Amino acid sequence: MDTKGRLELAHWVAKTARAVGAADAAVDIYRSRSVEVEFRDGQLDLVKESTQNSLNIDVYVDDRFSGHSTNDLRRDSLGSFIKKAVAMTKYLGKDVFRKLPDPKYYKDIKAIDLKLVDDSYDSVEAAQRVKMARNLQELTAGKSDKIISSTAGYYDGDNESIKVHSNGFEGITQSTVFSVGVQVTIDDGNGGRPTDWDYATTRFLSNIPDAETQAQAAVDRVVAKVGQAKIESGQMDMVVVNRAAGNPLYALYGPMGGRALQQKRSFLEGKLGEKIASDQLTVIDDPFIERGLGSRHYNGEGMAARKRTLIEKGVLKEFLIDCYYGRKLGVDPTGGSTSNVIFTYGDKSLDDLIAGVSKGILVTSFIGGNTNGTTGDFSWGLIGMLIEDGKIVKPVNEMNISGNLEGLWGNLVAVGNDPYLYSSLRRPSFHFKDVQFAGL
Amino acid sequence: MDNITRRKFIRMGAQGVALATIPAIFRINPAMAFSPGLSESSDLDDYMRHFGVDRDLIRKTMGLALENGGDYCDLFFQHSSSSYVALEDDIVNRSYTNVDFGVGIRVVKGDQTGYSFTEEITPEAMKLAAKTAASISAGTAPGTIASLALYPTPDYYPIKTKWEDVGIDQRIPAVNRINAAMHAADKRVIKTSVSFSDNNSYIMVATSDGRIACDYQPMLRVSGYCTAEQDGKRESNGFDLAGRRGIEFVTNESLDRIGSEAVNRTVNLFDAVMPEAGEMPVVLAAGSSGILLHEAIGHGMEADFNRKGTSIFADKIGKPVAEKFVSIVDNGKNANVRGSINIDDEGQDSQETYLVRDGILESYLHDRISAKFYGVKPTGSGRRQSFRFAPIPRMRNTYMTDGPHEVKEIIGNVKKGIFVSQFTNGQVDIGAGDFTFYVKSGNLIEDGKITKPIKDINLIGNGPNCLKKVTMVANDMAMAEGGWTCGKGGQGVPVSMGLPTILVSSITVGGIS
Repeated sequence: MDTKGRLELAHWVAKTARAVGAADAAVDIYRSRSVEVEFRDGQLDLVKESTQNSLNIDVYVDDRFSGHSTNDLRRDSLGSFIKKAVAMTKYLGKDVFRKLPDPKYYKDIKAIDLKLVDDSYDSVEAAQRVKMARNLQELTAGKSDKIISSTAGYYDGDNESIKVHSNGFEGITQSTVFSVGVQVTIDDGNGGRPTDWDYATTRFLSNIPDAETQAQAAVDRVVAKVGQAKIESGQMDMVVVNRAAGNPLYALYGPMGGRALQQKRSFLEGKLGEKIASDQLTVIDDPFIERGLGSRHYNGEGMAARKRTLIEKGVLKEFLIDCYYGRKLGVDPTGGSTSNVIFTYGDKSLDDLIAGVSKGILVTSFIGGNTNGTTGDFSWGLIGMLIEDGKIVKPVNEMNISGNLEGLWGNLVAVGNDPYLYSSLRRPSFHFKDVQFAGL
Repeated sequence: MDNITRRKFIRMGAQGVALATIPAIFRINPAMAFSPGLSESSDLDDYMRHFGVDRDLIRKTMGLALENGGDYCDLFFQHSSSSYVALEDDIVNRSYTNVDFGVGIRVVKGDQTGYSFTEEITPEAMKLAAKTAASISAGTAPGTIASLALYPTPDYYPIKTKWEDVGIDQRIPAVNRINAAMHAADKRVIKTSVSFSDNNSYIMVATSDGRIACDYQPMLRVSGYCTAEQDGKRESNGFDLAGRRGIEFVTNESLDRIGSEAVNRTVNLFDAVMPEAGEMPVVLAAGSSGILLHEAIGHGMEADFNRKGTSIFADKIGKPVAEKFVSIVDNGKNANVRGSINIDDEGQDSQETYLVRDGILESYLHDRISAKFYGVKPTGSGRRQSFRFAPIPRMRNTYMTDGPHEVKEIIGNVKKGIFVSQFTNGQVDIGAGDFTFYVKSGNLIEDGKITKPIKDINLIGNGPNCLKKVTMVANDMAMAEGGWTCGKGGQGVPVSMGLPTILVSSITVGGIS
């Protein structure tokens, strides 16, 4: 089946659902082809290749709702699948808030090329994939005699997503993705085998960094871990390197969401228009970045994508509210999920941020931990480096930080100039003051 | 919500980090029909018919898979269906179902793996997948294929009625009952949600060394969650029960217990404080505290990390790693427990495997590749999330056996420390041995007595160091009751864990000073 065939199938499924008793239906068909290659310690370790399909249908029957997915896309199987889906929905309770989005939100979809498909994808050959992984692994292995093992990986994928709503939405999105990186483990001479990695995920193969850069970055990071140990507990500054800065940001996503707000599980309830972070923090959701990993024309509900400011100079400007919870809350939906998240970046490099710390910890990765979205309390494990008088002194590990998200973001002192480009969350490095560390 | 969640097939680094976590509740799920149904007493022919294959097709496919000289190949057929029914704002207002069907073909050459799968079980699609998997080997002499013999499967999780035969009308009253129990338990409860999820999975594994084995794997998870309010403060928490169970497990008593536990665990948080930051003695309650073992030692004992030399336990087999009264088991045979498996996903016997016996490190958890690498028998630990993945060594139910101490004695021994009993998630860095687990609730221990409640703190330690610091072990071993899912290499599998009450003499506790 080609794209046209899948689009026809989506319309047929929506029509069939209505024919057997659904008032409305939303249909998504996904197809993805992917290839994965791993090269480990001088030999090919894994080759994996596959194509997969899935179909999801949401049915709306007499103010009742259910969703169903299957990977069996044959029409006769789907016929009975849809019938059962509609039949079982009738057993559920009425929920008048559950409807397809108002078609007015389908309008204003921008006709711009977001450049999500790398045309060179089809010309990548099997031997080239292996060669890239092999080259990266061999370069890495040659960089230190402490290395016990290194594995380089190459992944590419070609994805298609088709969306049809019975009240008038139709959308097709195609994209490619490439991911190349290496993981390396060394002997620290003291029983430990620290591991680190460098991975990049991009829409275009040409945006993957060169192998030498990736190999050196991975090895530098892991070698820097030798001798890591915890230090005394106490309040100190914290610099979080961009790659690791997802934790404190993702922790805000849940509490900003419509579901958490409506279910009274959000410490941000009632704080629209109020300061929840220092002036340094400005967060923007931008769906229109060319080649962006989160770029899109419309969101998961079919609403036209728009650029929006979520937090401006520390003031909470917008929640993440989908159509369902918007109706329940009695507010207009803003879109329930983010696309690409960008920031007002500062003018300091990571080194500049470190230079501004008299005593603190540079967090290179978080490990475990969690957040209580109802209260904003968090506690996370970390791995990093001790900073004294603006200089990195030694590696630390086996420590935690704890506090409240409002307090943490309120203590944001500076924002780096270094967005992390291999994620839809393009976070920079951050400098916070007065963070509570637990160690010895 | 966003469809991105369905498409996270990209592994974005950090492969050496393994996670165990209770999953966010989204579209896990469902149940609809593929041709001829299977019954509890189905024999091999029924499974063959169900997947639309016969011995001849399997043999031909294996021939293609091994035509470039692979050492071994297997075919993993799976048909899985799941259902999720949920309540919010006092209405059972959503249900999700999912059907998944396909076959994965794996070729092994030495310790190298070629893998492909197809969602269409037809001769043409299987031929293509077999040729793709075969590309891991570049030889010309085809590998050998033994004649297939049915391998008997034991039943560690008997249930009365398969989930595909249970109507949504039987699930809805259970969901409503938990909701009523939560509202009845405490007036401070302002919001509730309930979910009821179950899954059927039929698998059939055929191996080129002549084994063919089938299994039916049921799963149930029922959970209640609520938010309570007191003096303008809010807290949320929940409780769940899970296992390889049938509907007969869903009794009024178990439903009421989910409701009342969810509420108790929530309202107790109003009085909770954060402990002091730093190192202190920690008493782990019997039960889900076994997450300590999962993170501190379990992942590090998975043999793939060891054969690659990337685990901190890579050179410690046969060496003392803990006090003599410490024994740690990973078992796939516990009756109806969430991590139990009748056979593993390579068709090997399930097993009770001692990781640590009387303080000595005894065995890794092996799949076929690592067992061959080390020259030992597989431990029945080769598991996969679905037919889309090659199997890798995984935990099943990981727990410590009873020790010589009494609970009272252990708590009485602590002057100043904490007692921890409920957890949400954990993580480990396999090579460095750093592991963490997040405490949702517990208590302070002051002068040998349990006092104020505590909440929302992360604990962090180092696996081998922490095992040495297990200084007391009580005789009240209990398994976790909730639904744990372990993530590794982008694959999630159901697991469980257990622990008697133990004392760890020192561990770093997140907190305030």
